[in-house]
Amino acid sequence: MSGSFVAALDAQTVVDAIGLGAVYALMAVGIGLVFGVLRLVNFAYGQIVMAGAYTLAFTSQADWPTWAGIAMCVVVVVALSAAMDRLVFRPLRTQSPAVMLVTTFAVAFLLQNVALLIDVRDDTIGEPAASVASLNRAITVWGVDVRKVTIVAIVVAVVALGLLALLLRRTRIGLQMRAAATDFGTARLLGVRANTVIGVAVLLSALLAAAVAVILTVQNPLVSPDFALKDTIIVLVGVVVGGIDRLWTATLGGFAIGFATGVINGALPTDKTVFLPSVVFLLVIGVLLVRPAGLFARGRSGLVERL
Amino acid sequence: MTRRFDDAAQLLAPVLLVVATAVLGSFTSRAIEIYFLTAIVSVAIVVAIYVFVGNSGVLSFGQISFVAVGAFAAGVMTIPLESKTGVLPDLYPLLREHTIGNLPSLVLAAAVGGAFAFLVGVPLMRLSGLAAGIATFAVLEITHNLLREWTKIGPGATTLALVPETTDLVQAAIGTVAVIVVAFLYQRSRLGRSLRATREDPAAARAVGIDVHRQRLWAFTLSGALAGLAGGLYVHMLGSITADQVYLELTFITLAMLVIGGVSSLWGAVVGALAVSGLDSFLSEAEQGVGVGFTIDLPQGARLVILGTLMAAVLVLRPSGITGGREFALPRSRRSVPAPAPAPEGGAQ
Repeated sequence: MSGSFVAALDAQTVVDAIGLGAVYALMAVGIGLVFGVLRLVNFAYGQIVMAGAYTLAFTSQADWPTWAGIAMCVVVVVALSAAMDRLVFRPLRTQSPAVMLVTTFAVAFLLQNVALLIDVRDDTIGEPAASVASLNRAITVWGVDVRKVTIVAIVVAVVALGLLALLLRRTRIGLQMRAAATDFGTARLLGVRANTVIGVAVLLSALLAAAVAVILTVQNPLVSPDFALKDTIIVLVGVVVGGIDRLWTATLGGFAIGFATGVINGALPTDKTVFLPSVVFLLVIGVLLVRPAGLFARGRSGLVERL
Repeated sequence: MTRRFDDAAQLLAPVLLVVATAVLGSFTSRAIEIYFLTAIVSVAIVVAIYVFVGNSGVLSFGQISFVAVGAFAAGVMTIPLESKTGVLPDLYPLLREHTIGNLPSLVLAAAVGGAFAFLVGVPLMRLSGLAAGIATFAVLEITHNLLREWTKIGPGATTLALVPETTDLVQAAIGTVAVIVVAFLYQRSRLGRSLRATREDPAAARAVGIDVHRQRLWAFTLSGALAGLAGGLYVHMLGSITADQVYLELTFITLAMLVIGGVSSLWGAVVGALAVSGLDSFLSEAEQGVGVGFTIDLPQGARLVILGTLMAAVLVLRPSGITGGREFALPRSRRSVPAPAPAPEGGAQ
């Protein structure tokens, strides 16, 4: 915490960190929505984002207009999510959380290697997505370079979260989703259709994944099979640390870990960050030990059996 | 009488399977032998993971950390003195100026793995479910980060090379059989049975006076020691190792082996490890083109796609694994022992 740390922590770093936090918050909502209704931590969420990013890259290489590429990205992401729900999540609904987590781990590994198989056909790993790169240009506001995509990320996050809150609070399906997230068994007894509720959650989660795919591809236009993998791991940790039991604590956890990552990466020189992952993960363990149900969760521990 | 026979079969079947693999491997060429070696060492790693995950029912993504510290401890301490200063100049003097033999290095690997697991386990064993999964994953990340960056204890981001390649089929088989025997004795012991009771019903186990935290810590430490030993065998098999080789991919592949075999039995761990290793070796060869009546020639990378598909399919269609999570039983004995044994062995979760 020397002077250099404070000096480096300028407006630029903060803006970039908020941008990263916004993207991670979107991913956290995508993971949290599915967890709410299925009690399933989707480790393969990053690979859905990756599939969307590849769609952007390939459509861009085929000279599609940008809007068509983004539309195709949404289609691919939604189709893949629906297929995953039908083929993997549905048969697993009655299994323990551990089995479900390992399964999504396997699906993630599978999708990543399928992507590798497709990617290396041209003998190089990584596919550029040129058409969306223009969003990466910066505009200067009060001496701070703000990349357009950062604005897009923040706006998309705020709008998406706002719409989602409206949907959950003001509509019939939203009420049913909240009921299902609280107690699926009772909700079904009262006439909530399980497949509808889960389908809507998966669809919303897919739309968020598509948005994340576009934003991440703009920031990093070279798409590779491990695209979004690191981000997913960080977000998953953030979500569990924040408290996965409720959507807003999960979202807050996602935003917080994104913001913290952004600030630390921006403020510390590289030679001082080599042991940073250890410090971060030690903190994660510390939080989990003190508050196993999450940092922002209420006192009760819904997920973790009391010992 | 039959009961004792069944007990013996439960231990002998996995041991014989490993010995048979070693014997089979000894008839092959050097190029093929490595597949058999890998399969046997995989059994040691998977059984070590099973000792904790299988018996406690708590998911851990962190057991490969103990394989990693075992591998690096055994590797760093067996590099010949004359080349050590050259390849690892930044080591602590204690590590740089001493070298130990093959067997002591395996003992050291087990000790380091066990001690590390105990230290980590004391706080972590309070967690279960998702929090345990994430926390053990954090342990893996920390271990990997330290091994990659801390050049005073190891090679850092470079390859740890010049490790004597002492793990042959005989040593691999002996080491792995030892791991299986320890795992078997543990799960039949009072400690092992207590832990398995907490897996089936934590509340009931506590009600009869079982200290869940302590039982899990025992298993975690034992699992860490066995994983460390397996890591020692692993590094002496490869002759060189990087921190990335004992990280996410090995975690995935060994968990896949355990789950495909059946998480809740020793037999499942052994069968899963051998089956997946066998398939993996076959697919590696097939990527080069292999003839079995007709020629199979898979594109590069198809191996991992097939493994991933298989693992997902087993989990979705048969979550208790190909052995159903049961111990080995002779077909005859099922008829002659109609009543369940006093302490059920690895019933489906």
